[in-house]
Amino acid sequence: MLAMTPLSVTISRARLTYGGTLLFSDLTLELPAGRTTCLLGPSGVGKTTLLRILAGLAEPEPPTEVVTGDGQPLAGRIAYMAQQDLLLPWLTVLDNVLLGDRLRHRRPNPARVEQARMLLDRVGLTGRERDRPAGLSGGQRQRVALARTLMEDKPLVLMDEPFSALDAITRLRLQETAAETLAGRTVLMVTHDPLEALRIGDRLHVMTGRPAIMGPALEPSGPVPRRVDDAGLLAHQAELLRRLAE
Amino acid sequence: MKALLRAAVTLLVLVAGWQALVWATGLPRYLLPSPLAVLDAIQRQAPLLWTHGLTTLAEILIGLVAGVTLGGVSALLLARFRTARRWLMPLLLVSQAIPVFALAPLLVLWLGYGMVSKIAMAVLVIYFPVTTALFDGLRRTDPGWLDLARTMGASPASILWNIRLPAALPAFWSGVRVAAAVAPIGAVIGEWVGSSSGLGYLMLHANARMQIDLLFAAVLVLGLFAVALYAAVDALARRALPWQPDTQPAEDANP
Repeated sequence: MLAMTPLSVTISRARLTYGGTLLFSDLTLELPAGRTTCLLGPSGVGKTTLLRILAGLAEPEPPTEVVTGDGQPLAGRIAYMAQQDLLLPWLTVLDNVLLGDRLRHRRPNPARVEQARMLLDRVGLTGRERDRPAGLSGGQRQRVALARTLMEDKPLVLMDEPFSALDAITRLRLQETAAETLAGRTVLMVTHDPLEALRIGDRLHVMTGRPAIMGPALEPSGPVPRRVDDAGLLAHQAELLRRLAE
Repeated sequence: MKALLRAAVTLLVLVAGWQALVWATGLPRYLLPSPLAVLDAIQRQAPLLWTHGLTTLAEILIGLVAGVTLGGVSALLLARFRTARRWLMPLLLVSQAIPVFALAPLLVLWLGYGMVSKIAMAVLVIYFPVTTALFDGLRRTDPGWLDLARTMGASPASILWNIRLPAALPAFWSGVRVAAAVAPIGAVIGEWVGSSSGLGYLMLHANARMQIDLLFAAVLVLGLFAVALYAAVDALARRALPWQPDTQPAEDANP
């Protein structure tokens, strides 16, 4: 299924100051190859900035280092999914999924279109290819965004609170779809929802304090997506809430 | 359809009020002609209004197309190139401080009594609203879209063309609507300053000869042009932006 071997990425000695305040320094975050790492923490702790540094959207502050498993630079090897679906309202659902090709001036080739259709099929949007985003519900729009992220087919997937704008039930369903479709990829997901992290994460880190420290990895057992009523999951949730409140 | 009917009723009431005013005050025809006298003038002078109207219409349309094109290209250049922004933005703003109408005599001197000076005048009044509307739109792209495009490895030119420009189109069309409303003013002012044909010329001529009914007729034709032009641009804008939700008419349609 995967086009490339999974990639491991480490961000180390990370430092961030904002408006004269030190948010963190000498922070390390490891993203093991082929695993989903979830980063939890209160707002303003700097977790989104870490993700944006990896995405190439924020300039890393010295001496921050990003090291990949194969030693090659990360630029051009990530797919990004944000809290908003960021669908372009003037493009159809299918064209939104194919946005990356359009932006990189790649000719629309039938194989890619077929792949986009297949991905829409996988996220449960068969037959909606010609619709415009305005005609979809919030959950469906975020499904299109997920398909667009998968279409990029990049070794590292970065997700910034991708489901936080959705209602509880829609969120649970999308977590399942995401866990199934992202399996085997290196994923970093920033979230403030402990339950979400426990359902789809292989490794969970809690980032708290000022300056912030990166908590040890919590590794829940069992295959993802885990059931909401899983006893182990509920016990971990209590533990995570305790760490977040520290 | 209902909206049209309402507009017709409003118009009818205004015209009836005008006629009543003329009857009640007995104002002479050379000060305020009655609507019927204006109608009569339109009928009698139809060929004259037609030829002069065509001149003005041509000036307005050519001016509109040229002005919108020029304004659109300028806004794109300003958005794309920092150097263009730094050198041309102040110039653009200062140029608006000069009343364009004061330049009309100069334009006539340079470009002659023909249509070219009037088209130039229309272009001058259209250029600024179109440029600022589109440039503003291009600057206000959702930062999330820009982030996404950058992670997808898009070049600045590709982002401008595929994301910023389509996102700015609603703002652009607002500018074109304003342009359609001011274009007739530009053309007529140009004609007032110096010309041998056009509705502006006809108005001055009629005014000098106390043919106030003909003056009103010319104004009426010009008004019709302006309304038709605005409606056409509005219809075009709706066709060009099928994805743009337009909630206003739906709200107004409710009684």
